[in-house]
This record gives sequence, structure tokens and C-alpha cells, in this order.
Amino acid sequence: MLIRKPADIRPSEITSKENYLNRRKFMQSAALAGSSILAVDALGAMLPQERGAKLAGVVKSEFSTDEAPNSYDDITTYNNYYEFGVRKDDPVRNAQEFKTRPWSIEVSGKAEKTGTFNLEDFIKPYTLEERIYRMRCVEAWSMVIPWVGIPLADVIKQLRPLSSAKYVVFETLLDKENMPGQRGRSLRWPYVEGLTIAEATNPLPILAVGLYGEALPNQNGAPIRLVVPWKYGFKGIKGIVKIHFSEKQPRTSWALAASNEYGFYANVNPEVSHPRWSQARERRIGASSGSGLASLFNASKQPTLMFNGYGEQVAHLYDGLDLRRNF
Amino acid sequence: MDVTRQIRFIWKPLVFLTCLIPAALVVGDTLGITGALGANPIEELQDRFGNWGLRFILLTLTVTPLRQLSGWNWLSRFRRMFGLFAFFYVLMHFLTWLILDQSLLLSAIAEDILERPFITIGFAAFLILISLAATSTSTIRRRMGRRWQKLHNVVYVAAILGIWHYWWQVKLDATDPAIYAVILSVLLGYRLWRRRGRKGSPVRTGSGKSGQQI
Repeated sequence: MLIRKPADIRPSEITSKENYLNRRKFMQSAALAGSSILAVDALGAMLPQERGAKLAGVVKSEFSTDEAPNSYDDITTYNNYYEFGVRKDDPVRNAQEFKTRPWSIEVSGKAEKTGTFNLEDFIKPYTLEERIYRMRCVEAWSMVIPWVGIPLADVIKQLRPLSSAKYVVFETLLDKENMPGQRGRSLRWPYVEGLTIAEATNPLPILAVGLYGEALPNQNGAPIRLVVPWKYGFKGIKGIVKIHFSEKQPRTSWALAASNEYGFYANVNPEVSHPRWSQARERRIGASSGSGLASLFNASKQPTLMFNGYGEQVAHLYDGLDLRRNF
Repeated sequence: MDVTRQIRFIWKPLVFLTCLIPAALVVGDTLGITGALGANPIEELQDRFGNWGLRFILLTLTVTPLRQLSGWNWLSRFRRMFGLFAFFYVLMHFLTWLILDQSLLLSAIAEDILERPFITIGFAAFLILISLAATSTSTIRRRMGRRWQKLHNVVYVAAILGIWHYWWQVKLDATDPAIYAVILSVLLGYRLWRRRGRKGSPVRTGSGKSGQQI
């Protein structure tokens, strides 16, 4: 018997592309018709967005959660991508014109297979998997996101790191001209993130190239980004152009910006507060039912789970490590 | 119609309605008429109400310097209205946090106020604004005499705490609170400069167009 799981919801069932585009058109004309400019400005969702091409040969994964995914609108209009601005609706606003082809990835450091690879060649050997993961932002909000990607562990295996390699370091493109956020001094550019080899070869992390079965939208990190579901969202580096195998722990962007607030590990941990706010609970975006006023009153926070609920797969990676000090 | 009546029956209602626009937009956006609140509506509400609260505090503090510099004495007729709108938006900011963000969970609220310094100082600023709003009527003002102005000068403390509260909670980009801080510094600096000037040379009671310099 086939039991329909929430994980099987396709974007077309949530909002058909036609309705979606029609709604945009309607909202745009309504906006033009004279409703408040402020309100239009406050809403990234009203900006015209082209959706990505359908990805072929995507298989399901046992690691996917059964929880209902957030809407395409929520995922693509409310996120952090400081390369395109610091506000949640800046990425959707400023990333539309960003060119993600041609794209290449440079692999360097302590590995047997190094060099520069064309993106298509880089991902071709692997099977695309849909991974519906919880995403917990360090700012205490969360989503459920149906990513499409390739297991990072498979990629690492192919690149054959030397035994001296202890960390995998990722770097985002540095392109001040097309990434307006890099003109400001919000973070030190380019963005750098990293994982230990043990973390990177765990089955959970993926290099995501898609969302909702379609090519990844620019604002979510196209053409290729990291997803590590048991860590805070800022570990999920976007627009990756460099992968480096290192003996030393990298100095990651947020740890450089505020080392007392953001650490290298950044594991989701309800018991270790951010210095300025509690991490014990989180607001699930879009969790409230209904619309208008009603939606405001039943959007209470939910408890945050240790390792974002992925403890079974990853807790052993941190045996003997003081997670309070190594936050 | 004389100027007093004109202000009272035309300008005051117009300014009042203008000050309500941010609140009206919140209602419109919540109902999906003028726009939308986005993916995280509660955060958006807190953000908007808090920002408007700070803007109205700064607007209120601008009234007197602007009156002194321009000589437009009618400006002071709007000061209380702006001040009460500041209180209104800060109150909405507080209620959004209390009811929607914390769902009235007393333990979480107490923890937030006691353990999160940025919330502690925001709460302190709110308490100050309550005392100012509560003593804003003409009757109480008259009854309090000179103590009224002394009490109401504390609005500068509330403004400092409010901007600090904002600055402290942003993750990285402090542009907005920094702009507020610059404006407040100018306003506070002007008041201190004037006060010193008055103490130093008692003859000089004003400056600008309405100045009474010899």
C-alpha cells in the first residue's frame, strides 16, 4: 500500500507555477495601481522570479524528514546571504541578475585529486538526491527545506584527501561587482566555512544544487552550496568556488566577525545560548495555519532539538568534546 | 479662522492621521490588502513597531530645537502628540513581543528580561515611557510644576536605552541604530550646548531667527 507522506508534496501541488506567476502579476499590477510603495518594498515575494529548470533523475533519500516543507515562497524570499545584502529580503531582490554559468570549482590542498573543475563535470558522477532537511538558523527561526544535492561524503571520497588533511574548507565567489553585499564591510570577504573531515564524510551533508526538484535559485546559493542540517544555517556556505583540504582549522567568516558569538562547530544546541539570546526554542517559519490575523496568534515557538534532531547520525562525532566550549 | 483654531481643527487631525499611517499599513499588510508581512510576520511586526517607536521619540525630541531655531512656536503644539505616538508604537512593539513572540509564557518572559541584557534595557526604556505617557495630561503637568520638566527630561535616557537596545540585538549590520544614534547625539548635543550657553552668558537666551542677541 502506498502511504502518502507529507514529504511527497510537490511544489506543483502547493502552488501551481501558473497560479504562482499569476499571483505575482496580480500583485505587481495591484502595486502599480497605487497601493503603498513601502509595502511593496517590504515584500520580496512580490518581485518577479524565474523558477529554476526541472532537475532530472532525482532520487529520494532515507534521510529526509516527514515534516511538511516550507513553501517555495518562504524559502526563496526569507533567508540570509550577506553577499547580496544583510536583510532577509535582500537576496531575492539583489541576486536575480547574478550569473551562475559558466562556473568552476577549484580543489586544492592535501588531496590526490586537485585542480579546477567545470561545475557540470564536477557533479556529473553523482546521483542527485532529494534531501528534505530541517534548517535551524542561529537567529532562532527554522524551516523545512526540500533540497536536491549530492552527498558531500561521495565527493570527498572521489577527491581522495591525504591522511594529513584534517579539515575541508569552502570559499564563496568573490565578485564585488555582482555581489553588492561584498562592497560593504559586514563580513570579511570571501565567505569561508569549513568542516572536519569526519563531519564532511558523514552521510548527512550535501552539496545542494536544487530546491523543490528545480535548479537552485540564485538567492539560495546557486549554483552550488553546502547543507549541514545539524549545524546552524550559517555553516551552509553558498556560491562555492573553492574546496581546500587543510591540516589546520580554518578561520571561518562568522567566527572572525564575532568569535564570542559564533564558533567553528556551530552545532545546533538548545542548551548553549547565544550570548544575546536563548537557543532553547525556535520559530518555525510558516508553521501557523490560516491567514491574516489568525496566523499571528498560533505561531508559537517550538523546542529546539539537540543537533537539530540529527543526533542519531552525528552525536558520535563529538564524543569527548566539550560542546559548551566548542560552540 | 484664527491660527489656534486652524491648528486645532485642521492641522492636528491631519498630523494625527499621518502618524497613524505606519499602524494602518501594519493592519493592511496583516490582512493582505496593502502588502504582506513576509515569511516571519512576528519579527516583521516587532521590527516595524520598534523602529517607529524610535523614530517618534526622535521626532518628539526634534520639536523644541526646531522651534527655537526657526521661531515657529506653533510646533510645540504637536510635541505631546508625537510623544504619545512614540509611546503607542513602543507599546505595540512590547505587546508583540509579549503576546505573539513569547505567547505570554511567564517563565520565558522573565528569563528574557533578566538574562538578556538587550531586553533588560529595552524594558527599562519602556518603563520610562510609561511614566512619561501617564504624566502627559495638562492637569498633571500643571500640578507637577517644575518637577514635570525634570521628569520629562528622562526621555533622553529612554532614547539612549532604546537605541542601545536596537544596536545590541542586530547580528552584524548596525547601520540603522547608528543613524538613530547620530541623530540623537545631535539633538542631545544641541540641548547641552544651549544649556551651557545660558549658564555662561545669561543675556543670550536664544539663537537663530528668534534669537534675542544684543
